[in-house]
Parts: sequence; C-alpha cells; structure tokens
Amino acid sequence: MIKRRPNYLAGFGSLVWLFLVGLPLYVMLTATFQSRSDYAENGPLALPDSFTLDNYLKNLDNTESGFGQYFLNTLIVTVCVVGIVLLLVPPLSYAIVRSRSRLTNTVFRLFLLGLAIPSQAVIVPMFYVISQAGLYDNLVGVILPTAAFAMPVCALVLTGAMRDITPDLYEAMTVDGASSRRIFFRLVLPLSRGGLSTIVVFSALQAWNGFLFPLVLTQSAETKVITMGLYDFQTEHGVDTPGLFAAVVLSMLPILLVYLFARRALVQGLMGVGGK
Amino acid sequence: MTTTSLTPPATQRRRAASGGRPPGRSGTGTSRPGSAWAAPAAVFFALFALVPLVLVAALSLSSWDGLSGPEFVGLGNWKKLLDDPVMLKSLWLSVLLTVLGVAIQTPLSILLGVWAAGHQRNRAVLSAIYFVPLLLSATAVSVLWRAVLDPNFGVPAQVSWLFGDGNLFGVQSSAIGVLVFVSAWQFTPLHTLIYQGAARAVPQVLYQAARIDGAGTVRQFFHITLPQLRNSIITSMILMVVGGLTTFETVLILTQGGPGTDTTISAFYMYQKAFKSYDYGTASAIGVLLVLVATVISLIMVRLSGYGKMRSTMEGL
Repeated sequence: MIKRRPNYLAGFGSLVWLFLVGLPLYVMLTATFQSRSDYAENGPLALPDSFTLDNYLKNLDNTESGFGQYFLNTLIVTVCVVGIVLLLVPPLSYAIVRSRSRLTNTVFRLFLLGLAIPSQAVIVPMFYVISQAGLYDNLVGVILPTAAFAMPVCALVLTGAMRDITPDLYEAMTVDGASSRRIFFRLVLPLSRGGLSTIVVFSALQAWNGFLFPLVLTQSAETKVITMGLYDFQTEHGVDTPGLFAAVVLSMLPILLVYLFARRALVQGLMGVGGK
Repeated sequence: MTTTSLTPPATQRRRAASGGRPPGRSGTGTSRPGSAWAAPAAVFFALFALVPLVLVAALSLSSWDGLSGPEFVGLGNWKKLLDDPVMLKSLWLSVLLTVLGVAIQTPLSILLGVWAAGHQRNRAVLSAIYFVPLLLSATAVSVLWRAVLDPNFGVPAQVSWLFGDGNLFGVQSSAIGVLVFVSAWQFTPLHTLIYQGAARAVPQVLYQAARIDGAGTVRQFFHITLPQLRNSIITSMILMVVGGLTTFETVLILTQGGPGTDTTISAFYMYQKAFKSYDYGTASAIGVLLVLVATVISLIMVRLSGYGKMRSTMEGL
C-alpha cells in the first residue's frame, strides 16, 4: 500500500548504514573470542581462526577486575533510580494534568526548565552538595542526582500519556463519588501503562549507562559502576583490546537480553521519549 | 447518591481551583488532586537539580579550590574566561560539532526513519539491528570505537589505502571527523526511531490522494511526508543541539580533547578546569554558560512545539 515501486536508492542507503552499524559490532564480537596475540596478528577484520572464552572469564573473575561487583552496584543504582522515578513522577503528572492550582502549573514549568539543565553544567555544585551531605563515594550519592535528572523527561512523557485519558472517564468516576486518590489508582495508573513503561525504560537506561555522576561522585572500587569499570579498563589496560571488548559486551548484556525478550516494549518506550 | 455526585462539573472545577488540599481528604469535596500530589517530586527535584543550579551561579562568582571554603571574587572568573583563548576556541568547537552533528544526523535519520516506517518484513529485521547502538552506553560506544580506530591494532592499520597513516586522532580535522561520526553512529538510531513513529502516524489518505493526482515517490516525500514530520523534526533537532553542546564521554574517551586542545569542547574544558586544575570557580562559570545556552534553546523548543500550552496531545488533530 505504501509504495508500489521498490525504492532502490533507500534500499542501498539502508545497506550502507547496516554496514556502518555492523562493522564495529563484528570487530568487537570476533575479537572477544580470540587471544590478544591472535587479534594483534590477524587484525580486526579477519575471520577468527581460534576460539577462546578467556576474555570473558578474565573479566568475570572477581580478583582481576571486579566486574561482578560493578554489575551489582549498577543494578542497585538502576533499581533505586527506577523506584524513585516510579514513586514520584506519576503523582506529579496526575497533579499537572488534573489539578487546576496555579502552583502545580509553576511546578510543571520548573520541570520543563529542567529539561534544559545539562547534568555537566551543574556537576561542580553537585560535587559540593554531595560532599557536604557526606555522600561522596557512596552509591546513594549517585542515585539521587541520577533520579532527579531523569525526572523532567519522565514527567513530560507521563503527562502526555495522562492527557490522552478522556475527561468523560474522570467525570464518570466523580459521579460515582470516587476520591482523587481512587481515580488515580483505578483510572489514571491503569490507563497510562504505555507512558509508565516508557519512563521505566528511559530511567533504567539513564541509570545503567550513567557516566558523569559516578565519575565525579565516586572513587573506590566498592562503589564502581560498570561504565566506570569500562573507563578504567580502557585507561589502565587499553592495549588488551579483546579483554576490553569482552568487558563492553558484558556491560551491554543485560540490556541486550531485555531487548531480545521485550523489544516491543523497549522500542515503544524509546519512541515515546521523542515521539509525543 | 450524595449531594456531591449531583454537583455539575463546572462548580467542581471552580472549587478545585483553590487547590492545596491534601490528597486523602479530597473525596468529600472534589475529585481533582491538589498541588500536594506534586509536592514530593517538586521537593526532590528542587534539592538535587535546582539547588545545584543556584549554587553553580554562586560558585561562578567565587574562587574555590576544593580544600578551603569558596571565596567571593566577583566577576574575576568571567574576566579570566574572556581572555582565555582555549575557552573561546572550545565554544567555537562546541558549536562546530553541534552543527555538523545536526547537519549529518537529521537527513540521515529522516530517510532511515521514513524507510523503516514501511511494514515490509526485511525492514523490520534491519531496523532491529539498527537499534543496537541505542543499547550501548556512551562510554561503551566510545571505548568500542577508540579500539576499532586504534592507529596500531585497529581497522585503519589494516585498511591503509583508505586511512593513510592511520592515526585519525593525531590531526584536528580527522579527530573532529571521528567525534562527529561516532556521535552520529550512536544517536542516529534514536532519531530514526522518532521519525519512524511519526512517519507511521501520517494519514494514509494523504498518500492515496497524492497518487490519484499522479505524484511520484519523491514528490510525496517532499510534499506530504516532510511537512507532516515538522513537529518531530523540531523535537529531534533540539535533542541533537542540547546533546551536541554537552557531549562529554565521547571527547574524554576518544580524544581527551586533543591533539593539544584541538577537540576541547566547552563541556570537556569545564571538567578539566574543575577536576584536573581544581579551579572550581572558573569551571562553574563555564557551567553557567552551558545552562544559559541550553535554556535559551529549550525555551525556543517549548515555544515552537507548544508543550506548555497543550492541554491534550490529541488537540490540534
């Protein structure tokens, strides 16, 4: 229905892009199964002629790089950030959509302004605040600002989703004598499931992939998250390319699993961030 | 039935306007949430985003080395910045990287997005691969490309007919090229996704009408698809601009701002000032500059897209 003639130019372009996307992924994956000397000898583009899992095992072995610990830390950060966002943003969006008070409107404008605050720009005062609060080199000190900076986009997305609920439904529930709390739990939350899954996806990715806050606000091995582990690996053992690639693959594995099993939710979620 | 249930909606709206009711008791008078529902999020956000924002402005007027307390120095940091050739260069580089990023990613992601919006099976499979860069953190992307483009062990060493001596990080022009390319590699999928969603939402009737009038694929693209994508183009371009101005990991991991200061963009310069030279005051001044630029862009975005005024996303359809 959409086009009768096949679009050769677009088809060719999409193949070029496929090559550009696929090339580094191919180099990375094949390298992880080769030893360091084989990789250096064969070059990145060669078909691998040997097979080893050493690069992965080396990374997973706690004594050498502590990836297990980093995973755990990242998981803690991600779960807490998503938890905070899910706890705070839905009531906020509900108030923004339904409340007629001027104060709520001002709050919404502040959050819109927050969209424009790049986290880099406030990293110095954040360092100051977190240090003063005694949370330096503590996962809590990473969780709180990460959650705060995920909130504007989440508020915007969820507000959009809640605005799509037709006023008739609210009226109907009001006529039945439902309180605003009941309306929230029985009407608003179930009907904004799409928006909710979007903000879960968005905040989880923000937390899992976060770099700047952990870089500036943590220091020791006990509080290291995966992105810090990768960065350290690169600065300290940059020459061990296969090992580094294995670390990259490991770092994206959880998200890749989610992608394989819940691709629709993930893609719809990301689409929701920009789409509304 | 209680008396409340018989109250006409208009009266309820007026009553709710008084606002400020705690959520629990609202059942007796009105079914609209008071502003108390917004309070926890607002307080949390204020503490961890707005307080630092005020502090960054204060710190930009102080001298602070991280050891003793901050000391007020007025506009000293700002004067220093104005005379700092690296600072001016970093602003220019930030703008250059951003403009190049928008210029490359916008047409690319529109074409890919419109293409992926088709429902053919092969497109779905290819799109699934396109989205893989989205799953990688900026850190992983940068680490990956740094190793792939390594002068000694990477692809350039093996394909010397294309890359010459292979040291892409040694010259300003190719170092900038790498940064622009890697950003495009990382972010084009996200923008493709935005356009794919938007292109699917274009009413098919428009295309049918155009075909009856004898318009070809190209004309359909320019006269129907592009105009219909207007809002998505605005959203996506603003995301690119704000993202481009604040690129950080890519520079830190791929080029460290080098060769020399040839790829030191403002966000990276600020990081260096703060956490390498411990000149937190000057770093804060750069931070204020970043906030100002990003705010102006965001205000334009709110104006253009009408986010603030919109009561429903279905309005205007």
